[in-house]
Amino acid sequence: MAWFKKPQYATIKGPKPLEIPPGLWTRCDGCHQLIYNKELAANLKVCPKCKYHFRLSAFEWLNLLLEEGTYKEYDARIKPADPLGFVDSKKYTDRLKEDQEKTKLLEAVVTGEGLIGPFRTCIGAMDFSFRGGSMGSVVGEKITRLIEKAIQKKNPLVIISTSGGARMQEGVLSLMQMAKTSAAIGRLNKASLPYISILTNPTTGGVAASFASLGDIIISEPQAVIGFAGARVIEQTIRQKLPLHFQKSEFLLQHGFIDMIVERRNIKETIIKILEIIS
Amino acid sequence: MNGDLDFEKPITEIEKRIKELRNFAKGKRIDFTKEIGELERKARQLKKEVFSSLTAWQRTQLARHLKRPTTLDYIGMLFEDFIELHGDRSFGDDRALIGGLAKLDGEGIVVIGHQKGKDTRENIARNFGMAHPEGYRKALRLMKFAQKFSKPVICFIDTPGAYPGLEAEERGQFEAIARNLRDMSQVYTPIIVIVIGEGGSGGALGIGIGDKILMMENAVYFVCTPEACSAILWRDSAKADVAAEASWITAPALFKLGIIDEIVPEPSGGAHRDPGLAAQELKKAVLKNLGLIKNINKDELLQMRYEKFRKMGVFTEEIETTESRKL
Repeated sequence: MAWFKKPQYATIKGPKPLEIPPGLWTRCDGCHQLIYNKELAANLKVCPKCKYHFRLSAFEWLNLLLEEGTYKEYDARIKPADPLGFVDSKKYTDRLKEDQEKTKLLEAVVTGEGLIGPFRTCIGAMDFSFRGGSMGSVVGEKITRLIEKAIQKKNPLVIISTSGGARMQEGVLSLMQMAKTSAAIGRLNKASLPYISILTNPTTGGVAASFASLGDIIISEPQAVIGFAGARVIEQTIRQKLPLHFQKSEFLLQHGFIDMIVERRNIKETIIKILEIIS
Repeated sequence: MNGDLDFEKPITEIEKRIKELRNFAKGKRIDFTKEIGELERKARQLKKEVFSSLTAWQRTQLARHLKRPTTLDYIGMLFEDFIELHGDRSFGDDRALIGGLAKLDGEGIVVIGHQKGKDTRENIARNFGMAHPEGYRKALRLMKFAQKFSKPVICFIDTPGAYPGLEAEERGQFEAIARNLRDMSQVYTPIIVIVIGEGGSGGALGIGIGDKILMMENAVYFVCTPEACSAILWRDSAKADVAAEASWITAPALFKLGIIDEIVPEPSGGAHRDPGLAAQELKKAVLKNLGLIKNINKDELLQMRYEKFRKMGVFTEEIETTESRKL
């Protein structure tokens, strides 16, 4: 019995949340402050206040690392198929079409070659906005061809990874891309060619558990989530709170799984320095 | 029988009645031969009906059956002189992923496999067959051991997945699996992989690179458990049966996709109803496949292994104006 029921007053709505006009301001996902978009772009999409690293698209990465006019794309015409005829709440083919329109990409990775400083490099960049950067047949195939191209041309290899894991809609075929890409890295090793793996937020699941963690040198951006299982799954499994920096780059550095954490503005310079020493 | 699946219950019921009749007839001078014969015929008929049209979800349940033969059961039935070897030489020993030496028809081999338990107590000790990084590192150590002494490797896959836990992440679950994928593709000794129960994602693949991939008839192999798949893609964890069907996880489906080389037939009603017969079939298949690869020289073996996985994947590629489908 509710004897002391809370009286109902007219509810007064608080001030409306500020509308952010597209193209002018962005709210930082890290510190929740507003950042002037021009300032954000000038800072390579890193929050000037808290250094939160916003995601870059595959082509933004290539522009950031490669010398102007030196990029040549590989395998630009490979498109995903729908081998299982997969339908969940939507058709897989429709989901692909949506993402292709949204991102202007055919799949979640772009590969090619170009100059990083003086070094001709085989380079791949993943794009999280295409199906969460998930790896299906096309991502596996393009990465494998890229590695094989590096072996053939005796070029160093650089891959910028970001991925939620394997593409569920292609079933076990996606899983096998882990095997395929990792085997290709095995061949690259035999050929004594350097592979620098750049991990960005997030790199998890099947991509983390294959080519992304097989770099001779592994560099991560600050605060990037890197790991095998999702933090929520782990929390449900072990029924306890996870430590503060769990699965962040800082946690991985501490446990010995990455070589260094490098801020976005210094990544290109770091790659050049490494290649100068080892090539 | 405890732990019976719903679709198995009518079969078990009849089998129980046959047993009861037999016991009752013992010592009495009543002839039940006709009744028993009738019941046996009915049981066979029912098994055929139920098991000739299993759904992917029913197969998943069979693959997880508590009574299903585990890695250690098959080791006992297929091999002689098993000696278990422990530890990854760096952190610890993983009881969810075991390995050791054995003989197969007198020939030395190295055996590796996920180990599930048969009851809750055993399953807790075995972490439900979900390995930590040290399990994968132990497996790789044993494969390199096999390479050193030119012994073939037999891997038994039976895991829901690699363990998703705090310590597993701290010790680099993803790194351990990735390293195995890379290094298993370079181990120059024949490797035969058999999915005996559940082939759970990266946790399965972590010991799943080989020259021949076999799969028991009712085993399943998936990139993500049907439950998780349904929770993520359908936003409803009750649609596991639909997710299982859509994801092509059964042996016939994976054979069609070119992922596995051979389906090993199981006794009617599943491997758990006659483990001895299941083991017999498996041994035949292992010997046959080992015979196919054991005399191939190491460079050719590695080249074939590379190409085997290299060609997996389905996509389309436009070459100038014509579109061609590649497999």
